[in-house]
Amino acid sequence: MKQLLRLSFIVLFNISLSHTTNSQTKVDTTKIYNLLEVNIIRDKIRNEIIPVQVLSGKELKSLNAYSVADAIRYFSGIQIKDYGGIGGLKTVNVRSMGSHHVGVFYDGIQIGNAQNGIVDLGRFSLDNMESISIYNGQKSALFQPAKNYASASALFLRTKTPVFKNSKTNHLNVGFKTGSFDLYNPSVLWEHKFNDKISSSFNTEFMYTSGKYKFTYAKKDGYKTTETRKNGDVKMLRIEGSLFGKIKNGHWKTKLYLYDSERGYPGASVREEPGKFKHQDRQWDNNFVVQGSFKKKLTTNYSLLLNAKYAYDYMHYLSDPRLDVSTMYVNNHYKQQEAYFSAAQLYSINYLWSVSLASDIQFNILDADLTNFVYPERYTILNALASSFCFNKLKVQGSLLHTRVINSTKVEGGKAKNMSEFTPTLVLSYQPFSEDKFHIRAFYKRVFRMPTFNDLYYTFIGNKNLNPEFTSQYNIGATYHKQFESGLVKNIKIKVDAYYNEVEDKIIAIPTSNQFRWTMINLGIVEIRGIDASVSTKFKIRDFYINTLLNYTYQKAQDFTDRNSEWYGGQIPYIPWHSGSLITNITHKGWGFNYSFIYTGERYEAVANIKENYAQPWYTHDLSLSKEIKFNKYFLRITGEVNNVLNQQYEVVQCYPMPGTNVKFKLNLIL
Amino acid sequence: MRRAHIKLSILLLIMGVFLASCRKDEEVIRPTETEITTPDDSGPIKGFFLLNEGNMGSNKATLDYFDYETGKYHKNIYADRNPGVVRELGDVGNDIQIYGNKLYAIINCSHFVEVMDVCTVKHIKAVSIPNCRYITFKGKYAYVSSYAGPVKIDPNARLGYVAKMDTTNLEVLDTCVVGYQPDEMVIVGNKLYVANSGGYRVPNYDSTVSVIDLESFKEIKKIEVGINLHRMELDNYGNIWVSSRGDYYNTPSKTFVIDSKTDIVTDELDLLPNSNMTLCGDSLYIYSTEWSYITNSNTITYAIMNVKTKRVVTRNFIKDGTDKKIKIPYGLMVNPENGEFFVTDAKDYVTPGTLHCFASDGIRKWSVTTGDIPAHMVFTRKAVINN
Repeated sequence: MKQLLRLSFIVLFNISLSHTTNSQTKVDTTKIYNLLEVNIIRDKIRNEIIPVQVLSGKELKSLNAYSVADAIRYFSGIQIKDYGGIGGLKTVNVRSMGSHHVGVFYDGIQIGNAQNGIVDLGRFSLDNMESISIYNGQKSALFQPAKNYASASALFLRTKTPVFKNSKTNHLNVGFKTGSFDLYNPSVLWEHKFNDKISSSFNTEFMYTSGKYKFTYAKKDGYKTTETRKNGDVKMLRIEGSLFGKIKNGHWKTKLYLYDSERGYPGASVREEPGKFKHQDRQWDNNFVVQGSFKKKLTTNYSLLLNAKYAYDYMHYLSDPRLDVSTMYVNNHYKQQEAYFSAAQLYSINYLWSVSLASDIQFNILDADLTNFVYPERYTILNALASSFCFNKLKVQGSLLHTRVINSTKVEGGKAKNMSEFTPTLVLSYQPFSEDKFHIRAFYKRVFRMPTFNDLYYTFIGNKNLNPEFTSQYNIGATYHKQFESGLVKNIKIKVDAYYNEVEDKIIAIPTSNQFRWTMINLGIVEIRGIDASVSTKFKIRDFYINTLLNYTYQKAQDFTDRNSEWYGGQIPYIPWHSGSLITNITHKGWGFNYSFIYTGERYEAVANIKENYAQPWYTHDLSLSKEIKFNKYFLRITGEVNNVLNQQYEVVQCYPMPGTNVKFKLNLIL
Repeated sequence: MRRAHIKLSILLLIMGVFLASCRKDEEVIRPTETEITTPDDSGPIKGFFLLNEGNMGSNKATLDYFDYETGKYHKNIYADRNPGVVRELGDVGNDIQIYGNKLYAIINCSHFVEVMDVCTVKHIKAVSIPNCRYITFKGKYAYVSSYAGPVKIDPNARLGYVAKMDTTNLEVLDTCVVGYQPDEMVIVGNKLYVANSGGYRVPNYDSTVSVIDLESFKEIKKIEVGINLHRMELDNYGNIWVSSRGDYYNTPSKTFVIDSKTDIVTDELDLLPNSNMTLCGDSLYIYSTEWSYITNSNTITYAIMNVKTKRVVTRNFIKDGTDKKIKIPYGLMVNPENGEFFVTDAKDYVTPGTLHCFASDGIRKWSVTTGDIPAHMVFTRKAVINN
């Protein structure tokens, strides 16, 4: 038994590096993380030569957010596609290139979904999250897996790494959340230190919500209707266990992740006889992931980073006309498996010049009980060669990624073509003055996304002749950072980036002979011109610490697909010209107050920018108040939130109404 | 300190900009009027309605009206005429017909028949019929086909039905179970014919036409025709023209002819792919947008069939090259008075379509932008207005 246990340990552990830990290599001088630092969104302006936005620590905790998706709404340059409610699908679109171009990394390893390429960020709890970062282009580190070079932008979710102070060997955080939508959400986090070398973390969370909320549609001098959203319930259980180890000149980390959920799909809210149809579509998900990484500096100049992962995803979708007469019968089961291994090597030639080579291999397989299904498999082999130089005030980083994709299907003759592509990235940063306050940065990146299994093979929709969808990004920006010794303002950071992106061979759905049958083709061309700007400041007035963050985004994202179309050059659906956010966070003697404001300007729901498709701006004001009380050895933290204070009735996605005013209470007991 | 002031004022300025572009009350969308042709008051036809389907799940079915007397095209009139009707016309318009003084629109994914006054387009009643598809009339009654039949043991084998509705009190009186996913219907004498598609049961398509005796309102027989049937058109010789969509692989779209006197399939026209058809005199106008999963492409064809001789008159009734500009022909209608005909282009299904009007010689007269997926058209006659 003991033997078996040990064996399973070895299997599970593998290997990992946390991004937190400062790498020992010469080039990677980024002070990526400092647990004690307090600011709202940390733009690692001084260190990062590529645009990045970070949300972490206490500030992440004090934000009014149900999930990762709610938190990243505060970043500039991003759009969340939100189907409403806690259970509604939420995906992120960075700089209007489409959600398929955003790589989502969980503790350093990409979350895969070969089936549809979509990662639902509404499913990631903030409960155990330590930081969330969004990189435009790629993370500007050299020492990383080849996958990190392989998407147009990257979202890094990093879970908590235990840090034990003094002689403590255990941390316990028991939490409970409740509030609107019949939310019940207990959680436990237990961190344990075995010895100086090994520690562990165990986190589990259960969540139930009925997903019910009222929404109103009204027209001036016309109808007004208030309905209740139904069948938006979610039942979810998440269990995560991690082990962290330190070795000489290195670290390892391993993680086991289990997710089990059942949810209803409320469907589009369209005109129908009120209360007549139940909308009973349901989905069950089971995800199992085991991943690990190992990092070690082997010689003074040479370091090695290994990552490995296995994931199994099961999804069951049921639409049953016995429960709702208006639907057709759908009962499909999908099983996806992914295996991944990566080896990255870094060689520092001298103090100013480093070279790295990362090689990844990934295998995907999909099984589904669809008619005429071909049972696809795919090998993806990635090799990335990267180098960085420092010339005095200039930093240059270049990388070249080679991607080779080998497709096959169990059913003969069904396979998509193989491919082999080189894609480059070039990043520059220049410090024009001797003082380290002002930097100019620029990057160019060309990369693509593969058609998903659904794009290629989904029965009656898929098109196996698809080509990959390419993006090119050009970015130029400047950052300014100043700290003040005296006065009310302690710190100010300003960041402005202007960019031009192109999406070519965009994979879009087109109708076939009628509107119930679509197929995928490479047709779209989108050009995006945008500006991201942010200002963050820290004030101190007596015992009040005030942090503010202001973000603004301008985007002109035009569809240039069909020159003969009347709508040629129209703004693409759901992209507002103007959007922004403001977060203000005040702390005072154990009290915390947070105010956040999000603004999404006018936009259109289709590329035909006409009044029928016009969507009004929406903006929400969220407030939260928290208090930390200390009893002997433990803390009690009580938080109350009010979201959408003005009860604005709005939609992010057409026919998917969002909730009005809602409240949440959180109680945490920390030992 | 000063810096803080500057910052604060920047903040206020930006807040000001945000507030300046605030939400207003949602306005009812007003119709768009376009003068597209010279007024023509000559014939008995007053104008026509065009029902735009709108993409599924977008609640964007809309109604347009063309008025011969003014030469004006009125786009999107329903919401304006009915500001009190919650959520406008609904989701996916699938058929439109006029009977008596009433205008009937089948709103497929809103699961009802929207009944309006034909003169004012004012809402009268929404008659709930889940997954309703097409409508036809005889005597006092309207007949509506629906996919949503009773669920027996296997939920995947769910038959459809035809509902019988009283056109005066607008109540559903009875239903008659037919084949799988029934679509268009025609009535000959006392018999109702409905084309069963079986589109939800891929690859086990239905291949029959159900015949209902209207007296007893019972299905009396099923005629074996061809897979995935869709459209029906009755000619002046008692023949029913039936379209088959095919399976999008090796079985192509075809046209069949049923003799309603014998209920026997008399013709199987292999070379007449058919997505939609409309009859004018002896001329059956047909277009086909045939998708193939083998070539991954659409093949678009046009034809006029002489129903008397059962011979193809022409393989292209659009004579001026406009057909090259039509991406997805979708709606088709011929004016029986002057022979001018109408073809709509659904384009990419998510942007507004175009309605093209052609003179009887196939030369385009005018075009106008419609709602999304312009599809189903019905003429209004002066007689109706005078009632």
